[in-house]
This record gives sequence, structure tokens and C-alpha cells, in this order.
Amino acid sequence: MATVLPGGARPGRWAELLLLILALGMSFFAYAQVALAVTGRLPAQMSVQCGGFTVLVLVVHLILRWRAPYADPVILPVAVLLNGIGLAMIYRLSLRYEERGVDPGSSIASKQLIWTVLGLVAAAVTVTWLRDHRSLRRFTYTALILGLVGLVAPLAPLIGTSINGSRIWIHVGPLSFQPAEVSKIALAVFFAGYLVTRRDAMALAGPRVLGLQLPRLRDMGPIMAAWVISVGLLVFERDLGTSLLIFGLFVVMIYVATNRPSWIMIGLILFSGGVVVAYRLFTHVQNRFAIWLTPFDQSLYEAQGGSGQLVQGLFGLANGGLFGTGLGRGRPDITPLAYSDFIFASIGEELGLTGVVAILLVYLVLVERGLRTAIGTRDGFGKLLATGLAFTLAFQLFVVVGGVTRVIPLTGLVTPFLAYGGSALLANWIVVALLLRISDGARRPPPATSEIDIGPVLQAEAARAASSSSAARPHGAATPASGGPLTERAGDQIATEAVRRP
Amino acid sequence: MNREIRRVSLVVTAMFIALLVASSTIQFAAAGKLRADPRNSRTFYDSFDRDRGPIIAAGGTIVAQSKKSDDDYSYQRVYANGQLYAPVTGYVTVVGPPSGLELIENEVLEGTADSLFWTRVQDVFTGKKPTGGAVELTIDPAIQQAAWDALGEVQGSAVVLDAKTGEILAMVSKPSLDPNSLAVHDPKAVQATYTALEKDPTGPLHNRAIGGDLYAPGSTFKLITAAAALESGDYSADSQLEAPQALELPNSTRKLTNFADSSCAAAGVMTLAEAMTVSCNTAFGWLGMKLGANVIANQAERFGFGQDLSIPLYVSPSTFPKAMDRAQTAMAAIGQFDDRVTPLQMAMVVGAIANGGREMRPHLVRSERAADLSVVREVRAEELAQPISRATAATLKDMMIEVAETGTAKRAQVQGVTVGAKTGTAETMEGQAPDVWTVAFGESQGRTVAVAVVVEDGGALGRSGSGGAVAAPMAAAILGAVFE
Repeated sequence: MATVLPGGARPGRWAELLLLILALGMSFFAYAQVALAVTGRLPAQMSVQCGGFTVLVLVVHLILRWRAPYADPVILPVAVLLNGIGLAMIYRLSLRYEERGVDPGSSIASKQLIWTVLGLVAAAVTVTWLRDHRSLRRFTYTALILGLVGLVAPLAPLIGTSINGSRIWIHVGPLSFQPAEVSKIALAVFFAGYLVTRRDAMALAGPRVLGLQLPRLRDMGPIMAAWVISVGLLVFERDLGTSLLIFGLFVVMIYVATNRPSWIMIGLILFSGGVVVAYRLFTHVQNRFAIWLTPFDQSLYEAQGGSGQLVQGLFGLANGGLFGTGLGRGRPDITPLAYSDFIFASIGEELGLTGVVAILLVYLVLVERGLRTAIGTRDGFGKLLATGLAFTLAFQLFVVVGGVTRVIPLTGLVTPFLAYGGSALLANWIVVALLLRISDGARRPPPATSEIDIGPVLQAEAARAASSSSAARPHGAATPASGGPLTERAGDQIATEAVRRP
Repeated sequence: MNREIRRVSLVVTAMFIALLVASSTIQFAAAGKLRADPRNSRTFYDSFDRDRGPIIAAGGTIVAQSKKSDDDYSYQRVYANGQLYAPVTGYVTVVGPPSGLELIENEVLEGTADSLFWTRVQDVFTGKKPTGGAVELTIDPAIQQAAWDALGEVQGSAVVLDAKTGEILAMVSKPSLDPNSLAVHDPKAVQATYTALEKDPTGPLHNRAIGGDLYAPGSTFKLITAAAALESGDYSADSQLEAPQALELPNSTRKLTNFADSSCAAAGVMTLAEAMTVSCNTAFGWLGMKLGANVIANQAERFGFGQDLSIPLYVSPSTFPKAMDRAQTAMAAIGQFDDRVTPLQMAMVVGAIANGGREMRPHLVRSERAADLSVVREVRAEELAQPISRATAATLKDMMIEVAETGTAKRAQVQGVTVGAKTGTAETMEGQAPDVWTVAFGESQGRTVAVAVVVEDGGALGRSGSGGAVAAPMAAAILGAVFE
């Protein structure tokens, strides 16, 4: 893991500021365009709203300068841009819903704005409060409990509610929340903490079957547990999306932790098995597959809960064509849930293939920046956590957009940052804050200890040790009580520095 | 771990590529098909948000146009005198594709037709909001109105053709529908109206002039049988035909009789011209058997039977039955048995007779115009076929004039106009009132016009109705309006 140099000494905060101005400018332009196209004039409170949003974003920027000066300069602007475009689109739909006098009405835009503010505040607090991501490792098992509680909470009798056939919401008083969104972060923390401790044991060779080195049977416990949780989600909450997300997250993290492709094979086999069983047992799973494969079938199209929504989304995308109808000029509201599950279709209709490609690439930049952070980070826990969080964003996007574009069967998940949904927005801003925090550690130049002059022979030694370190070096597992992270970090730095100098 | 993270990065990139490919497929490669799907309501909504061009009758009368609206859609389609023009214009609706010329000329009206390409390019440069083009009809509002009024309250249809150009001057179908009731913006109301129209036993959704269930032509078909006889070279207007009181039909217990069981000729023989004048069933039945089914079928085909035609509305092909025995041939020769025709086809037959044997291609659209009304495409008169020789045409024309002067179609006469006509009284079912016909031409001041009128169930006279009594006065009224 020492093949990559630390990101260099340039913090990149000015680049971030420039990108932020661009992101804000594009978002405001989209907002104005929507209002002009639909109502013919700018929104009354546009200057207040845009001013407030700008101030808030700049505050986050300043906090980064203060608390995480080496944080990746691209992550925040990209998140702001996606959030801003999402807000403009939701505002556009709210105007239309208001005009037609149908649910969910005009309130979605202001609600989403409030959640955006809360998200930014949560991100600022996270970056300020969490000085070093490694301290999260102390909460490995707390995170597990938090994550599981979040997943199970919707099943609780009084607070849990079922919406559109999925039981994934909790209501407390007037507030509703999708706890699974926070669970995914907690579980990523748990997986990272757990796997970084157990990775060596889990990487040990077991039986060899058909040329594939399988893990030992007794190490199969965790993946089976993750599988059972996923299947449980599918069965009891009918939450295909989160089920897929949790399991995918675990398989990717265990693969990265242990360097054993066999985990992926095992994961795929378990997953396929789960799918086959679910398909046999549950009509709603069969229905999803039928919708995916034959959406244009007339009876399926007309059926309640049939393919109508998907097909209308496809029509919307098709009518958008290459360049879209222009913001505010399409008919995205025809598609049910155009502001949440189908926001991608709404954007595709009004911004066209051009806009869709741009947005997908912006997401790709965000995810790749997250993975780059994972590569640049020196501690195993940070690597796993960053990989997990970045992958969560990518996978979540793939599951939703893939569902809308018929790459995979449609499952309910929130398009990160774009779609309407407070819990998801809050959770994704925390994900971004964590990535920023980890990236600060990854890009920060090594402290003065690295200046120690070591001779050329030692350098070579260290380089060799470093290159073989990722799999062989006993991480926290061997020295759990002695403040593992610190020792580990020192070792990593010397190794990295040693490679850097020749 | 970095190697694994890079692999994860590759997997992520692959997932994004999958999404990009899927999006491109939907939004580019398959977009045309998805846009054309009849369930894609966005396409119709789009058309309601466009300044759709007008449909204009000859002389500048606006028949259909879009007016600004402030509800869900930017424009409301308005049909002036909707019932009168419904068979021509069709309608637009928020629940499905348009119909009639609204559908056929959709691209012109929306402004997306190839012929309007340069107009669109100009719009791009001048920054003008693109608007739809206009469609100018051949329909003459005065004649259309006269035909509508002439039919009165009956079910039926009337078609008026300019025999020299093929322009359709009037096309009426009754009962009609009000396109405005289907162009409203409330989908539920539209659906309810449409369902009611669909269930209406009188069939207001059918354009009887060119489609629907078609009609038995009755004795008007004798024009085609006579044309076949004359074209064969074996007969002339003076050829003697056998005309018994009742014609024995081979291999059948039924006998072919004349209207009201009368005898056409005391001598039992008469000339072709005489047989035409009194519309003698037994004489034409005998002639039909002499000619044979194939000869008559060939002649009918040359007039356009069995052939696809678009005006540019689709016209159901008229049919002459195949594989008949001699008895059936005799019946088919007088327009009974399984002969099925559209009023337009019969008007075309008369038009060819009146126009020296040249059958002109019938058309409804005179020109397509850009939004500024400059002509982008003009429809010219074009010969569709020459089904009969000039000599045959002249002979038949004289026969028809004789029919109008002394025969069954005396009531088709119009003062100051040379009128030739042929009546028909088609028995539809035993004991039911007949569908009655008059086909006619009028000629005056160098203008030649062909008319076909059909009235279902004997019109006002019911079971005692006949072509001469019911339809001929209607034809006269229409011709009177043409030559006013």
C-alpha cells in the first residue's frame, strides 16, 4: 500500500473555493432557469435563499481550512453541485405539483432545503468534532449496535410504518426518518473496524476448490451474518435496495481487507442463492423481475404496482433525448415519485442525455475521489472506511439509476444528494464529511518525524517491508491494547517516506 | 489493500459505464420508438403545448385552430363548425393520438415536417418561437354546408368531387361528432365522451364517405356493368338485352325481379340505354351473366375497386366479390350480393364518366403552408387511372343524362345545369328498409362535378324509400349549390 505518494503539500483550499463558486453558480443558474421557465419571473426569496446557502457552504469551506486544511478539494464542491441540482429539480417538480394540486404539493422544495441546511451543519459538525477518523474505531461495536437498531427500527410496532409496500420508515411525532440511511454509515464503520482487526485471520487459507483458495469455514461467520441481515431486510421490510446495499458493502470491504477474491465468489453465490429463494417465495420479487424484463407488456403496464412507473420514466428519458426539454419545460411529473425514486428520469427528461452524462461523471468523480482517499490513507481502518463509504455512494447510485434505466430490476433506494429525502441527505453529507476527514489525513504531509535520516540500506529495507505490509503486517489485531493506530501510523509513514525519497 | 481498492475502482467505473450505455440507449438509440409509443402521453402533451397550425377550408375559412389557453396546456384546439368538418379534420385529444387530417398532417401542423425544414432554420436564426404550418383543404365551405343540409337528419353520406381535378369539394358523414368535445383538456371527460360515441349504435365515429362498414351500391353499380359491356366491344348503347319480367337464376330457386315487380319491357327485350334509364334489374342481370364475373371484376378494379387509396386519409377499398356462380354474378352485376362500396368510390366512377374516361386522383389537401402561410407544398391534379375509353365515357354520359331527364333520377335535375345521374336502391336485408343512392354529375360553364349521395334505411321514407325519391333531390340540392 505504499505505492502511492501522499498527495503532496498543497492543501488545495483555493482550488476548492473556485470549484465551490462554480458549483454554487450552476445550482443558482438552474434554480433561476426553473423559475423563469415555469413562472416567468425569479423566485421572490431567491437572493435570500442563495445568499444563505452560499454563506453556509462558505462556512463549511472555512471549517475545512481550519480543521482539515488538506482535505480533498474536489469532494465538497461536487457534493454541493449535486445537492444544488437536486434542489432545483425538486423545486421544479414542486411548482408543477402545486399547479396541479396533487400530492406531495409544494412543500417538498422547502423541506429539502431545510434538510440541506441540516446536512451541511451535520457535515461541519462532523469535521469539527472528529479530529481523527481513527478514533471512530473505538466505536466499532457501538456502530454495529447502532446499525442493527437502525435496520430493525422500522419493524417496531409503534414508530415503524409501511409506505409503498416497504417498511423502512419510522415516525416519531411529526418527524419521519429512514434509519437505514444512517445504518449504512454505522455498518461501514463497524465493518472497517471489525475487518481491520480480523483481516489476517480471515485471509488465512482454507481448502482449495477448483483452483480457488477458499477461506476457512470458521471465518465464514461474518459473511453469513451479513447475508442473514440482508435476507432479513428483504423478507421483513421488503427493502430490496438496502438489502442489496448492505450485502454489497460487506462483500467489497471484506475483499479489500483480505485480498481474497474467493470472498467475492462466496458473496455472489450467497447473493444469487438469496435471489433465487426470494424469487420463489415472494410475489413482489417476481413482480420486480417481470417489470424489469417485460415493462411494455400491456397488462403489466396497467396493473396496480406494475410497470407503469418505470415505463413513464423511460418515456420521460426518451422525450428528453440528447439535449432535454430544458429545465421547467418537460413533463417529469407524469412519472410517479418523479421527485424521489425517479429523480434521475426527471433530470434526464429536462437536461437530456447531455445532462445525464454530466451528472453521472460528476458522481464518478466523487466516488473516485473517495477511493483515491482510501488509497492515499495510511491506516487500514481509514482505507476500509473510505472504500466502504465511497462504494456506498457508487452502489446506491447504481442500484437506483440502474433500476430506472433497466440495467437491473427496480429497487427503492435514494439517489444520493439528488433525490428528495431528509434522512438520506443528512446521511450522505455525513459520508462526505467523513471522506473529507479521512482525505485530510491522507493528503497531509508527514510530520517532522519523517525527516529522520535513514541510510540507503535501511530505506530499501523499509520499502520492502512496506510493499509487503498490507497483507502480512499484524495490524491492530496483534497489539490491540497498545493504541494500535499510533504505532501503525508511525510505521506507515516511515515506509512511505522511504519510498518517496529515492 | 491498494491493489484491491483499485480493482473496486475498476468495478465502480464499469458500473458507471453500464449506466451511461443504458442512458444513451434510452435517450438516443431507442428514443424514437419510445416517443412513438401510444402510451407515451408526453408526446400528446407536447402537441397541446405547441402552437399547432390551422386547418383552412378553400377560400380561407378556418376550420380548426389553436387558441391560447391558461389551464394545464398552453393551447386549446378549437373546431369552428366541428360536426360539419369532423370527417375531414378528425380531432386531437389528450388521451391518445389524433385522428383524421390532424393525424395525417400532424407533422405539418406541428411544424416538424420535412417540408418545413427551412422555416425551422429561419426560426432558429430569427429567434422566433417555432409554430406549426397550415393545411389548406380542397373542401368548399358552401358546398360542404349544402351537402350537410341536403342530407338533413338521415344517416348517410355525401361526397362531391371536381371531376377535372380530383379535388374533394365536400365530404359529409352523418351522424357526425363534435371534435371540440374530444379536444377538451380533461382526460376523464374525453374518455367518457369517446366511450359514449363508441357505443352509439348510429356509429358517429365512422367516416361513412370513405370507411366504416361500406355500402351495397345497388343499381348505381349498373354503371360499371354497362362500362364493362361497352369496353368489351361486344355491346353498344343500342344492343338488345333480354329483359324478362323475372330472370331465372341458374341453380337457384330464386328469381331476379325488377323494382316493385314491374316489367321493364313489354317485348321482353330492350336496348342497353333503355335498360339504364329504367334501371332494369333483369336486363342487367342477364347482361352480367353474359359478360361473366371476371369481366365485371376487371372493370371495377380499373375504376379503383380493391385498391388502397389515400386522399391522404385512408380510404377503405371497395370490393366486388370473387369466385361467384352465375346466379351470384347476376346479382352482383346489379349491385347486390356482396358488392361493397364507399360513396367516394362511386363519385370517382361518375367523375371518370363525366371527365372523358379520365379518373382523377381524389384529394382533400390543396396545399401545405408554413406558419406565415407561404406555400411549401402544393397538390396538383393528377390522373389516377383511365378505366374507360373516351367513347365509352361519352356513351355512359349520355345514358346518365337520359336517366336524369326521363328515367329514375328525374328529381336530380337542376335548372341550367347539364345533369346526368343514376339511382340505386340497395336491399340490405330481407324486410329491412333499403340503403338508397343517387350518383350524379353536373356540368356547366366548363366545370364538371361528380356527386355521390347515400342514405341509410330509406331515409325519411323508410321501407318505401328509393334512390330516386330520397337521394335524387339531395343530389339536386348539392349540385344546385355548386353551380349557384
